[in-house]
Amino acid sequence: MTPTRSWWRTALGLVFTALMLFPVYWMINVSLTRTSDLRRNPPHWFPWDPTFEGYAAVFDQQLPALGTSLLIGGGCVLLTLLVSAPAGYALALLHLRGGGTLNFVLLVAQMIPAVVMAMGFYAVYVRLDLLNTVWGLIVADSTIAVPFGVLLFTAFMSGIPKEMLQAARIDGAGAWRTFRSIVLPLSRNSILTVSLFAFLWAWSDFIFASTLNRNGDLIPITLSIYAYIGNNTTQWNSIMATAVVASIPAAVLLVVAQRYVAAGVTAGAVKD
Amino acid sequence: MTSSPAAVGTASSAAGVAARRSAAPAGPRPPRRSTPSTQWAAVAFAAPLIVYLVVFYAYPLFRNIELSVHDYTIRAFVQGDAEFIGFEKYADVFASSAFPTALVNTALFTFVSIAFQYTIGLALAVFFQKSFRLSGVLRGMFLVPWLLPLIVSASTWSWMLNSDSGIINSVLQSFGIGQINWLTSPDFALTSVIIANIWLGIPFNLVILYSGLQNIPGELYEAASLDGATGWQQFWRITFPLLRPVSAITILLGLIYTLKVVDVIWIMTTGGPGNVSTTLAVWSYREAFGTGQPAFSPAAAVGNLLILIALVFGFVYLYLQRRQEES
Repeated sequence: MTPTRSWWRTALGLVFTALMLFPVYWMINVSLTRTSDLRRNPPHWFPWDPTFEGYAAVFDQQLPALGTSLLIGGGCVLLTLLVSAPAGYALALLHLRGGGTLNFVLLVAQMIPAVVMAMGFYAVYVRLDLLNTVWGLIVADSTIAVPFGVLLFTAFMSGIPKEMLQAARIDGAGAWRTFRSIVLPLSRNSILTVSLFAFLWAWSDFIFASTLNRNGDLIPITLSIYAYIGNNTTQWNSIMATAVVASIPAAVLLVVAQRYVAAGVTAGAVKD
Repeated sequence: MTSSPAAVGTASSAAGVAARRSAAPAGPRPPRRSTPSTQWAAVAFAAPLIVYLVVFYAYPLFRNIELSVHDYTIRAFVQGDAEFIGFEKYADVFASSAFPTALVNTALFTFVSIAFQYTIGLALAVFFQKSFRLSGVLRGMFLVPWLLPLIVSASTWSWMLNSDSGIINSVLQSFGIGQINWLTSPDFALTSVIIANIWLGIPFNLVILYSGLQNIPGELYEAASLDGATGWQQFWRITFPLLRPVSAITILLGLIYTLKVVDVIWIMTTGGPGNVSTTLAVWSYREAFGTGQPAFSPAAAVGNLLILIALVFGFVYLYLQRRQEES
């Protein structure tokens, strides 16, 4: 490929990316716009005279919601890992009888609409008095990540060389010790990938939060933004500032872990 | 606890620790080549998942079916004394005037979204197929819309599409097009949510199709260009046919995801004005949680219909995936 042709592609790629990311740019732009300029026509295309009043409002009002979301995300990661990593081990390496059926159930589970799950959980939580609790929301959010986690762990762990496991067995290691000392350390990247997605999905969840935690004392950031939009439609700079802050985990994920994101997506492809 | 012969037999202290720990979750006897005890260990390791699936998937789904065949009011909900009414709520749903609208909207929302997401995603995947300076970074940037919380994207689109102060109307105005009430006019509300949803789905299509393209051998293109095939011919003769299995899976997964979408529509238009942008999923959500008076029974009935539709596409997907793995 000639250098001129490749330069041309880079330029075109930049244009495409700019078009695609325009809404993200616009969110940041609006978040820095003064309230008096919000209704200007035409709007400012660039925040020449930025204001941080929107962000001040975020730190004033949204810190508890951000903390709640962190807690829910963290709890969801733990629960997901605790359930899915051992299950992946059983399916991939211990040749669980009925493993095929279990895999099938997991695939079907991923197809169930969240709104249906939300109603089911609501009906269950009403009786158990778990509505409007952080724990209830952690459990509900984890249902998005657990099937994915099990499938990813199974795919990865099937690739662990059988000789290593045999060597461990000859040294007298049992199933648990093999899992802890060999399989888990080797699966570090899968653990990271599953954790990242479990956190991001819990952090981003709106449906479960808006149904199971509508009147809670501790509401997550997504619900907080939604309430903001409903109450206060003139302060779009504050709403967009909150949205920018709520996007930070996604940005971190992309910068720090793009490799693992790719791993998560291609995991299905490398399977067997 | 002390009776873990295989592990203790190694006499190393670390193994001793492991043996003691192994008693709790993995069943008592670390196995040595004996299949039945390996099975016990397998069951023990899978047990959390099996319990989890029963308690947090099967039971809520069962409750959902139960909701749809009883006449639940909010009081009956708490007291648990709802009257059994069989399939009456399903009949009500089918007879409701909202049903045909929701069905057509679901079909439009799903198929139009998928058509554009796939076409644009494929075009971009082909564009990124040949690496150029910055291509990796730019491809990474394309993931952003996919990773953002939906409330963030949906509220940003709402503001961009705002009738009076939105950037989109402002741009259109400079081309002499008058104000369009994107979110509040019956003519445009569905279009608006579809546009936002297309934007959201492009990254997913790009990622999967791009990884599919990586599996097409480069020699095919070299041979084709030696034979004088143009880029356009290469795409239609090589890329598109060889990508067909990946395309099928991308589109079906897209269908299953798009059928379930509630958040984007709910945040942007709440399914309105009227029922103009109401899909089955949104309808179900609105009946159960969107109004002051929750009507769980019809909501559950609509939700169960949605599961059925999703499962039909789901089984086609599983069938195609299996066939692809066999080949």
